[in-house]
Amino acid sequence: MKSLKNHISLIIALFTVLASVQIYVAVDRTIAAYESHLKNDYSVIVVANKAFTPKEFTTMSSMIERSEPISTAQVLERLKGEMSEKNLALLKLTLPKFYRIYLNRFPTPNEINNLQKKLQKNTAIERVEGFSQTHDTVYKLMLLFKDVVQVFSIAIAAVTSLLILKEMRLWQFQHAERMNIMALFGAPVWLRSAVLFRLAIVDAIIATLILCFSFFIIDYYGILTLPLKEIGINVQLFNFVNDALRSLAISLGISIALTFTIVMFHSEEE
Amino acid sequence: MDKVIIAENLSLSYKEFETIISKATFSINSGEFVFITGASGSGKSTLLKSFYGAIEPRQGNLSVAGVKMNRISTSKLNFLRRHIGIVFQDYKLIKEWTIEKNVMLPLIISGYTGDVSGAQVQKLLGHVKLTHQAGKYPPELSGGEQQRVAMARALAHNPILILADEPTGNLDEYSSSVIWSLLEGANTQLKTTVIVVTHHIPEGLKVPYKHYHIEFGNINEIS
Repeated sequence: MKSLKNHISLIIALFTVLASVQIYVAVDRTIAAYESHLKNDYSVIVVANKAFTPKEFTTMSSMIERSEPISTAQVLERLKGEMSEKNLALLKLTLPKFYRIYLNRFPTPNEINNLQKKLQKNTAIERVEGFSQTHDTVYKLMLLFKDVVQVFSIAIAAVTSLLILKEMRLWQFQHAERMNIMALFGAPVWLRSAVLFRLAIVDAIIATLILCFSFFIIDYYGILTLPLKEIGINVQLFNFVNDALRSLAISLGISIALTFTIVMFHSEEE
Repeated sequence: MDKVIIAENLSLSYKEFETIISKATFSINSGEFVFITGASGSGKSTLLKSFYGAIEPRQGNLSVAGVKMNRISTSKLNFLRRHIGIVFQDYKLIKEWTIEKNVMLPLIISGYTGDVSGAQVQKLLGHVKLTHQAGKYPPELSGGEQQRVAMARALAHNPILILADEPTGNLDEYSSSVIWSLLEGANTQLKTTVIVVTHHIPEGLKVPYKHYHIEFGNINEIS
């Protein structure tokens, strides 16, 4: 019973670390998906006094994915009834060129400012409108949420690592007698601590399986994915191959590293 | 004759200014049966511990089976211990392991395969009259039975040296006689060096033995 309690404590601690990492990854993926969603609707408007080719724009900044000229024909058409042909022709000649610039990612407010500055260095560009003031509030909130999750993940990982270390110390006390006896008969360190490593590996695998099962349930019932879909974000919160493997690697890494620390600091009874 | 133990000006202590054994010089030949006696707290168990590397010499030199014990590396110490059989007063059996597996411990550590070690363990359990208890766990056995298991374990890997710390301290007459006959047998038949720390040398031993007595940190050869 006592041994089962020790196992559960370690499994819960490992699961907490894995869950915090997975939540961080899921938030990151959600933000990336939302960025992609915003990116498709976002463009910068450039007003220039000369014609630019798409290549000229892409060489100005690595952020620029493509550009397209905005036709002025529709505006001029509307003015047809109000202006004379001659004035309209004159206006057509003096009108600047308008371009819509699409970016390869959704920019941060800083990136928009930098892009504006870069573009305005070209003397032929008269005005750049980045719509930075309408920069998506939800996106900003999500970035803030990501930062908060990151801080929490680090804090949880640190605290649970200490808990795991404490748990393993208990294991060490439980197994100290056997380890000491084995040492008296010349057992190398790996052999006398084999049980500790075996327990750590088994618990790491169980913690990973619980995490996979939890995220499978979340995914299967659309607990998070359905509300996200409603706001136009299609995201896979848990990738059953990559995430499971990463979680297993983290779990095994933590438990083996801590077991190794315990074994190294184990002092033999005289 | 090869010397299994060589001590030159050997001093042992747990704390820096508390010398337990002081500048002892002696040697034990291969195949000898040796008793080390002394009052409680005289340092006889400490001396025995130094033979299996649980305590390092404070001063002087100590060599066991050709291995220098001063600042010995862990790998060398493990290697040495794999050739020593130790019997402790408190048995030091692994409680979670069966009697059979406890006896098998030195063979597991030395990397013997299941068949070889299984046969050896059965033979030894027969010698200590515990074949029928093979599947039990140490807490299920009496003190005398546990010490016989510890004795079988000490012999399992045919060690070159057996170190026994008060092996019959609290045992009944039957268990004591089994222990002494096994130690005598190992010494006479296998030529194993046996060093026993005890308060009293048993009567009626058939093997010739050497006797060291420790008093006030000095080791004196009595016979």
